[in-house]
Amino acid sequence: MKETFDYEISAKRNILSFNFKELWKYRDLISLLVKRDYVAVYKQTVLGPVWFFIQPLITSLIFTLIFGNIAKLAPVGKPPFLFFLCGQTFWNYFASCLTATSNTFVANASVFGKVYFPRLSVPISVVISNLLKFSLQFLMLLVVWVYYYFEGTYTIQINFTLLLIPVYLVLMALMGLGAGLVISSLTTRYRDFTFLVGFGVQLLMWATPVVYQLDTLALKNKFVMLFVTYNPMTSILEAAKYGFDCGGSFNPVLLTYSAVFAALLLLFGIAVFNRVEKTFMDTV
Amino acid sequence: MMDDVVIKVENLGKQYRLGEIGSGTFAGEFVRFIQSLRGKKKDDGLITDNDRTVQAKKGDIVWAARDINFEVKRGEVLGIIGKNGAGKSTLLKMLSRVTAPSVGSIKVNGRIASLLEVGTGFHPDLTGRENIFLNGAILGMTKSEIKSKFDEIVDFSGVARYIDTPVKRYSSGMYVRLAFAVAAHLEPEILIVDEVLAVGDIEFQRKCLGKMKDVSGEGRTVIFVSHNMGAVKSLCQTGIVMKNGTMDFAGNINDCVTQYLRINTTDNEGDVVIDKKGTGTGEALIKRIQMINEEGNTAESVLYKSPIKIRLTIDSKVDIPKASLDVKISDKDGSILFHALNIYHNQALPLQLGENIFETEIHNDLLPGGFLASVGVHNAATYYTMDYQENVLGFEVIKAARNAADSYPYEWVVAPAMAQSEWKKIK
Repeated sequence: MKETFDYEISAKRNILSFNFKELWKYRDLISLLVKRDYVAVYKQTVLGPVWFFIQPLITSLIFTLIFGNIAKLAPVGKPPFLFFLCGQTFWNYFASCLTATSNTFVANASVFGKVYFPRLSVPISVVISNLLKFSLQFLMLLVVWVYYYFEGTYTIQINFTLLLIPVYLVLMALMGLGAGLVISSLTTRYRDFTFLVGFGVQLLMWATPVVYQLDTLALKNKFVMLFVTYNPMTSILEAAKYGFDCGGSFNPVLLTYSAVFAALLLLFGIAVFNRVEKTFMDTV
Repeated sequence: MMDDVVIKVENLGKQYRLGEIGSGTFAGEFVRFIQSLRGKKKDDGLITDNDRTVQAKKGDIVWAARDINFEVKRGEVLGIIGKNGAGKSTLLKMLSRVTAPSVGSIKVNGRIASLLEVGTGFHPDLTGRENIFLNGAILGMTKSEIKSKFDEIVDFSGVARYIDTPVKRYSSGMYVRLAFAVAAHLEPEILIVDEVLAVGDIEFQRKCLGKMKDVSGEGRTVIFVSHNMGAVKSLCQTGIVMKNGTMDFAGNINDCVTQYLRINTTDNEGDVVIDKKGTGTGEALIKRIQMINEEGNTAESVLYKSPIKIRLTIDSKVDIPKASLDVKISDKDGSILFHALNIYHNQALPLQLGENIFETEIHNDLLPGGFLASVGVHNAATYYTMDYQENVLGFEVIKAARNAADSYPYEWVVAPAMAQSEWKKIK
């Protein structure tokens, strides 16, 4: 008689185990979940995926009017619309990763309660489907950038840190996923956190150089400046704007800090998620 | 190979805390957290058995399942039966890894697919085609597996015409059929099925049962939970009977079914004294049920063709001019055969404060075998049930008769009972 078994189900939890092999087995599920997110969102809409473009375009226009013309937050000598569009596009990726993954357990409780599959595949699929959305918006950003490059009102230089954009994306994805995992685990017990995410993300946006840049802040208030600088999202947004030569700054030290932060946050997120996923059905 | 153990369950148990989850306030949570840091046992609730009829105090801890040990061999079809609340679902949830046990372990060899519900993860906005892929993947199939079975799935579901229509436009029957079709084409080594067969029309149910039989015929392991004793008996070889969260019985499926139906029926010798209220308002309580033989003594068996006499002792807290008394006789699979009811014969019987004793004589057309009786007392004016005890009395019709003319003529039984019929020659 064979006494070895493929796996064992028990009360024990391995907090830091990350069963990548199993997740890989379910890669088809992840890709189908991505497809579902993508297809289902704009079903029964006339404009369909055009909505992906409308949102950031209009928001950036409004930002240009208010923060550019009235508050004068955009850097001098650079196209304000490009500045705000760039900030929006990158911030949106992080914000939507965070909001969508933070909902994992509650939104999928009915499915999780009936079938086992690696729970992480859901938040991962969310991060990927947001990446698709981002890439569409990124294309639009590129078009606007190329337009300003040839239009000639502003001098825009091609900057090779632009090539680092995939790195920024990965960092934002890790942070969004990490924070999302922590929050989704907490929401299984306390729904308070669902409310917190909504306006927490908004507050975080003001603490991140999305509609302004770090330089502007430096002249105004030392304390706020310090706070914003050590916001791990700051260096990424600054660097992204720098890459498009529409303001911002490039700070390798702060970027490394963000990378370390992202890695730790993700590890912590996975640990909390692992702790919760086995029994969340009893508390959700 | 056939003796391979594919699932081994050891000392499995699952606790639940009753009442609200969490202690309600952050302060309470904080106290519990500190206590857990100091290694104190943070649960101060009383640990009780899973008897759902007894009202529990808030914070009590209940074993939804406890001390479960069994093994399933490759190719075995195991049935899990038990009343509502016996812990079947908890056991299934642990087996299918939806929730982790509190103690013990389950060791598994091979891929498990669980069907606790059909159509898990169906998205209403997606078309039938898209949902087949999504649902298949959720159940653990790869894209290429689904692709290779796609035509079969569509065929089986019978909704080929609507396959590119969003499923929210489907009728509920179509929806369920498509969902089951996907599930039926899973090919895991171990399949766990909950009462999904309780959906769809009769024809589709038969189709599903057939498919399940095919699956088990292919030598795959199946764990099946159902209330349908007929289906359980025809599909499974072995079984487990659950009661109040523990295993009450394990073994051959026929013995399991018998045991399941007897759970309520204590070893009674034809005389059952009841100390607990069944379902109903409790204004009147059935205290004692007796089976009376021809000599007027209690007995647990009745002769072939002899009338069945059942005596009910009822304690009433109310005065009711018209009470309705009923006795239902079921076969040993739990299917009700017939119903004896006083008001059917326009016979009104009063129920008086205190002790009442009623007796009914039922014409006996039962063929030899084991039977069960359920009894109830209701208010005939309002139809409220005051007390109802299900399958509370077990009895046997034996192969012996009062006289030679009535002696039992057949060794085969077509039905559990004969019908009153008159015969004449027309031509």
